[in-house]
Amino acid sequence: MTTLSREETDALIAEVLEVYPEKAQKDRAKHLATNDQTVEQSKKCITSNRKSLPGVMTIRGCAYAGSKGVVWGPIKDMIHISHGPVGCGQYSRAGRRNYYVGTTGIDTFGTMNFTSDFQEKDIVFGGDKKLAKLIEEVEQLFPLHKGISVQSECPIGLIGDDIESVSKKAAAAIDKPVVPVRCEGFRGVSQSLGHHIANDAIRDWVLDKRDGAAFESTPYDVAIIGDYNIGGDAWATRILLEEMGLRVVAQWSGDGTIAEMMNTPKVKLNLLHCYRSMNYISRHMEEKYGIPYLEYNFFGPTKIIESLRKIAAFFDDSVKEKTEAVIARYKPMMDEIIAKYKPRLQGKKVMLYVGGLRPRHVIGAYEDLGMEVIGTGYEFGHNDDYDRTIKEMGDATLLYDDVTGFELEEFVKRLKPDMVGSGIKEKYIFQKMGIPLRQMHSWDYSGPYHGYDGFAIFARDMDIALSNPTFKNLTPPWKKVAAEEVKKAA
Amino acid sequence: MAKLRQCAIYGKGGIGKSTTTQNLVAALAESGKKVMIVGCDPKADSTRLILHSKAQTTVMHLAAEAGSVEDLELEDVLSVGFGGIKCVESGGPEPGVGCAGRGVITAINFLEEEGAYDEDLDFVFYDVLGDVVCGGFAMPIRENKAQEIYIVCSGEMMAMYAANNIAKGIVKYANSGSVRLAGLICNSRNTDREDELIMALASRLGTTMIHFVPRDNAVQHAEIRRMTMVEYDPKHKQSDEYRQLANKIVNNTNFVIPTPIEMEELEDLLMEFGIMEAEDESIVGQTAAELAA
Repeated sequence: MTTLSREETDALIAEVLEVYPEKAQKDRAKHLATNDQTVEQSKKCITSNRKSLPGVMTIRGCAYAGSKGVVWGPIKDMIHISHGPVGCGQYSRAGRRNYYVGTTGIDTFGTMNFTSDFQEKDIVFGGDKKLAKLIEEVEQLFPLHKGISVQSECPIGLIGDDIESVSKKAAAAIDKPVVPVRCEGFRGVSQSLGHHIANDAIRDWVLDKRDGAAFESTPYDVAIIGDYNIGGDAWATRILLEEMGLRVVAQWSGDGTIAEMMNTPKVKLNLLHCYRSMNYISRHMEEKYGIPYLEYNFFGPTKIIESLRKIAAFFDDSVKEKTEAVIARYKPMMDEIIAKYKPRLQGKKVMLYVGGLRPRHVIGAYEDLGMEVIGTGYEFGHNDDYDRTIKEMGDATLLYDDVTGFELEEFVKRLKPDMVGSGIKEKYIFQKMGIPLRQMHSWDYSGPYHGYDGFAIFARDMDIALSNPTFKNLTPPWKKVAAEEVKKAA
Repeated sequence: MAKLRQCAIYGKGGIGKSTTTQNLVAALAESGKKVMIVGCDPKADSTRLILHSKAQTTVMHLAAEAGSVEDLELEDVLSVGFGGIKCVESGGPEPGVGCAGRGVITAINFLEEEGAYDEDLDFVFYDVLGDVVCGGFAMPIRENKAQEIYIVCSGEMMAMYAANNIAKGIVKYANSGSVRLAGLICNSRNTDREDELIMALASRLGTTMIHFVPRDNAVQHAEIRRMTMVEYDPKHKQSDEYRQLANKIVNNTNFVIPTPIEMEELEDLLMEFGIMEAEDESIVGQTAAELAA
């Protein structure tokens, strides 16, 4: 049993903090906590959404990453212009595995990079004319696009380009939406502000464009909000909702379209998966259109069943009946998966460090496999995320916000989890330490993990990582000999 | 051959930096010095009196036309005018767009890379936009660029405020590099006791008033003809003033880290010379109605 008591966890945090200079120690102490399930408001135990300290090797992104990379990028029938120098767009191109259906370059553009490729002269003389020209060319070369977003890189904010006026003019000229997004990377402390800015741009430039237009409504209209279809997640989600008798009007934004966004104000219920990145627009639709939103969790059968029933409760009996039928139909499949993997995974401990919703949402899926999450933390979460995490995590487990490279390594060394769920930046560090790691941003090029179909893949992936014989063979032969000699001598 | 001296001219907008610089440079050239002027102002009016032109085609303008600054050759941007004076304008955007500061940085880097600062030169003068609003306009005084700074000012209150602020900017770069304040040039506006006032300010800043250039309409007459005094009317007494200024700069060795003064001290100085009246603290924040009551 490697799980620590409350005192031991507190002591571990204090010990890890010791290496920092006084000021950094004081700051980082606020971001580390021993979970206490009795706490109602996380602000009493942990601080989040603050500026990272220089030198700590944070893995956070920027506002541009939050807007272009997360929220806007997956809208497949729009062209998202990375406005500024070439690097921001090119090095983030097609990196997030937001799957979509369509013919790339013809009617969908998800994996392409469009950039204004700023040069010195554009900085000095401003880039507005170039942007106008670029939009003109986009319209000529890709006539089937359904709209354009202008994703500002840092220099746009520095030199004060008026992308709003260019966008308005261009939108009138091409008769399609052109959305300026002020997501300059230097704004805010992480990608989180980029999500907010992107949500606001949707609110101001897209959402109300079909208000009052004819729409054939049904009582079962819903929208999936905050599912980016990584590895097909939104598809695995959509199947279940449709089997429940619901009509999915829009997917935000994985495999989504701008028309779906414009139609979303007509739905009866918004289903919010990634709360962090899309709570803003969900709240706005609740206030302006009176559409309630419901947070759900489609990781692992326990949470799926809970969520399906919570969603069904919002609709009539026909939906509730179908929902029970769905749950019953998938039960044997789930039982079979659990019967297969649980014996191998039972009791294994996991430490997570991810973004958005996963640090809390995947806990249930691990528990379904008999595993335990002993530490978790958010890259760019706010306190409302931690509020929702405290109850999900076991008592005296470890919480770490915007964790530093050093802290995470030390925590893993001490807590000795059987696996770590994090990203590419952590992957090889922990694998070299002999600990299996699954990337929980990209599903390690696998997926989907959402829904019943996703759980089958999730369970298999955790098993192949944990049961991989490689990690038993980490000691090279020459060290093995030495180790045996030590043993003999003892 | 003497070492190349690089000088930057700063001062409040409209004070006469460009006019003073060109007249001074013309006098230097007349005395046989090899000089280059680098205009660091998007308005590009730092070389017109030397070249008899409206505005020289600028580095940034040519770079924008050619595609990038790497596509330019030195001779594209360098013009030679009166007395063999080499002229370059950095150029930049029209007001309200883009980043003029970056234009200055790009242009100066280009000149360095292309070897514009050749060994024959005795002096380079940077004529910089009135206010050092951002890092770009401080480019001429960074490491290995201008080492002598002359501030053009007059006995007007705002010109002296500006001079003090520029001195503050110099301190920052002086402490990390070799840039020094080399003196104040008083471009007279015929205010009362102007010479004494500027001398007093100069001594507070730890420097001297290197020359008092009297006001003379002949300068405007020359300027209408897009000429400097030395070229337009070499015998005029105003031409001698610029020759004196030039000579003093050639022989100047008084380079200091300035000691800018606090706002209160500056205001005291202005009050002492009757330029500013003592503030009546009791009326601060009072509306007309309140004062009448």
